Amino acid sequence: MNEKNIKFVQGNEACAEAALYAGLNFFAGYPITPSTEIAELLSVRLPQTGGKFIQMEDEIASICAIIGASLTGNKVMTATSGPGFSLMQEALGYAVMAEIPCVIVNVQRGGPSTGNPTHVSQGDVNQARWGTHGEHSIIALTASNHQDIFSTTVDAFNMAETYRTPVILLFDETIAHMRESLAVPEKGALDIVDRLKTSVKKGVDFHPYLPREDGRLPMSDFGGIHRYNVTGLFHDMWGFPSSDPKIVHGLLRHLVDKIENNVYNIARYKEYFIDDARTVFISYGSSARSALHVVKNRRARGERIGLLELQTLWPFPAAVVRKICAEVQCVIVVEMNMGQVLQQVKMAVDDPGKVFLANRIDGMLITPTDIRNIMRVIQGKGV
Amino acid sequence: MAVKDYIRERFFPQMWCPGCGHGIILNGLIRAVEELGINKNDIVMVSGIGCSARISGYLDFHTMHTLHGRALAFATGIKMSRPELNLLVPMGDGDALAIGGNHFIHAARRNIDITVIVMNNRVYGMTGGQFSPLSGYGSLATTAPYTNIDHPFDAVDIAKSAGATFVARSTTYHIRQLTDLIKKAITHKGFSVVEILSQCPTYYGRKNREGNAYEMMELMKQITTPVGSKAKKENPDLVETGVFVEIDKPEYCAQYEKIIERAKKDGLVRSPSTGRGRVSPGLG
Repeated sequence: MNEKNIKFVQGNEACAEAALYAGLNFFAGYPITPSTEIAELLSVRLPQTGGKFIQMEDEIASICAIIGASLTGNKVMTATSGPGFSLMQEALGYAVMAEIPCVIVNVQRGGPSTGNPTHVSQGDVNQARWGTHGEHSIIALTASNHQDIFSTTVDAFNMAETYRTPVILLFDETIAHMRESLAVPEKGALDIVDRLKTSVKKGVDFHPYLPREDGRLPMSDFGGIHRYNVTGLFHDMWGFPSSDPKIVHGLLRHLVDKIENNVYNIARYKEYFIDDARTVFISYGSSARSALHVVKNRRARGERIGLLELQTLWPFPAAVVRKICAEVQCVIVVEMNMGQVLQQVKMAVDDPGKVFLANRIDGMLITPTDIRNIMRVIQGKGV
Repeated sequence: MAVKDYIRERFFPQMWCPGCGHGIILNGLIRAVEELGINKNDIVMVSGIGCSARISGYLDFHTMHTLHGRALAFATGIKMSRPELNLLVPMGDGDALAIGGNHFIHAARRNIDITVIVMNNRVYGMTGGQFSPLSGYGSLATTAPYTNIDHPFDAVDIAKSAGATFVARSTTYHIRQLTDLIKKAITHKGFSVVEILSQCPTYYGRKNREGNAYEMMELMKQITTPVGSKAKKENPDLVETGVFVEIDKPEYCAQYEKIIERAKKDGLVRSPSTGRGRVSPGLG
């Protein structure tokens, strides 16, 4: 690693730089704390690379603009926080339905409503999964340090192209505003997935929604050599609206299966001292940093404790969690909400009675001391 | 080319009611494109939701049927990415000025080169005849059973004050003028708006006792007058038709190309007032 590539940056900057590394060439956004630095940085950097940046009139317009831009062949992103993410939900569903790759960054702050704009929270985990209406599946990723923000952001772009789906990056205020060192990977060090384009020639009918044998749907740049229709209605292989029950059933099953059948390929997680652990923390984002601190501290004293850090939150890697938790005596989910991942873990494990929550919901980062205090209560030792 | 070469026959018969004015707009639009000689492959049509929005599916352009009110936001992303394409955005009265009002005024303010066709039938037809922001004070609708106490917008006034650089109005009665205005709007470099009064005999006409399609079109003839005419001075209730605004102003995508040139050239962010530069922030 070249020393010149080591930068001291905010998490938001790491995300913006990673997006450019992944091939981002169109960004639309609306300023909102604590994600604004992403837009500011990209307004400078995108035109330098020939890309486009536009500040739209609101978050709804922002996500719609990136969906339009993606269809023409661009790699696209928008960045927001809770209130803006709420506004984006309808168009998020459009991108799911029309299968248009895009990346949506949600730097989580305290909610509901305007909530606690400059303070940390992890309260949007379930919104990322279920925020838009109707049955669907979604990919949501997160990270706990700047190096991982970089690789996860690149992953998000790759998955958006691979599965033709919106991918949500669920960061949090602490990780986004914190500064630490980032080693920017050399060009070529990380794999980049480019758009799968159709081999159908000009003048030959192109079916935008006819999957190949491997299930993937090659795209043709909108406005290019093939004319086709795109709609948020249920549609046939031509992209024309249809309410034929067979077509509706088939499309909905496809939208869910293409992600749920690839849960192993999409799952990203890190194991720390899991092998002989009797107590396992499950955490993600900035909470995972505090959990890891406790684990390392206790390990030094000989305690058999480990950490499973989730980087893929959706589709939830239930099989991974079940396997890791099978032999342990106690599972403690560390997060800054009222137990959104806790519920998933309880559903995944054989014995939900051994799963506990260590949380903090007051806008302050959960500290190692907070976790230690909650552990004492769980272990029956009192405060 | 023949008219049928512009439509997707597979998609027909269309879903509009008998007597609906939207078919006339479809006809006028096709004629405009044909007379301009624009290649079908160079046209992108982005529509929202509602009766009007279905027009995109019937046309053999690059077509995108999006969300209620949001068509202009999608179209902005497409136009920024492919400025050489002609962007047509047909909208209903709700699409344009209710749920989509914010996008409408901001797209106009940017003067991005998109052509908007407001298919104004003064009613929400798709959902069964509720009033829209263009229905008018005193009209009747399924959600205004006693009388509508909402004052209407004037689409032309809003487009003008929001900064659109081409603004015109016609009706489905004036098919030749309608075609001509769409041609001018498409040719205009900048944000162009053509409002076309269209009849909805099924809901608006029946509820407001304006009669059948023929009678509604006859009424449109009677209540309109060319812009700047004497008749308007004598009878202020008349609705003016024709071109209201046609001005030159820097177009958004062309301006952004200049931003790219500058950003690539020296990587400096210069203050427009002092001309002094500083190295761009960030990691670069």
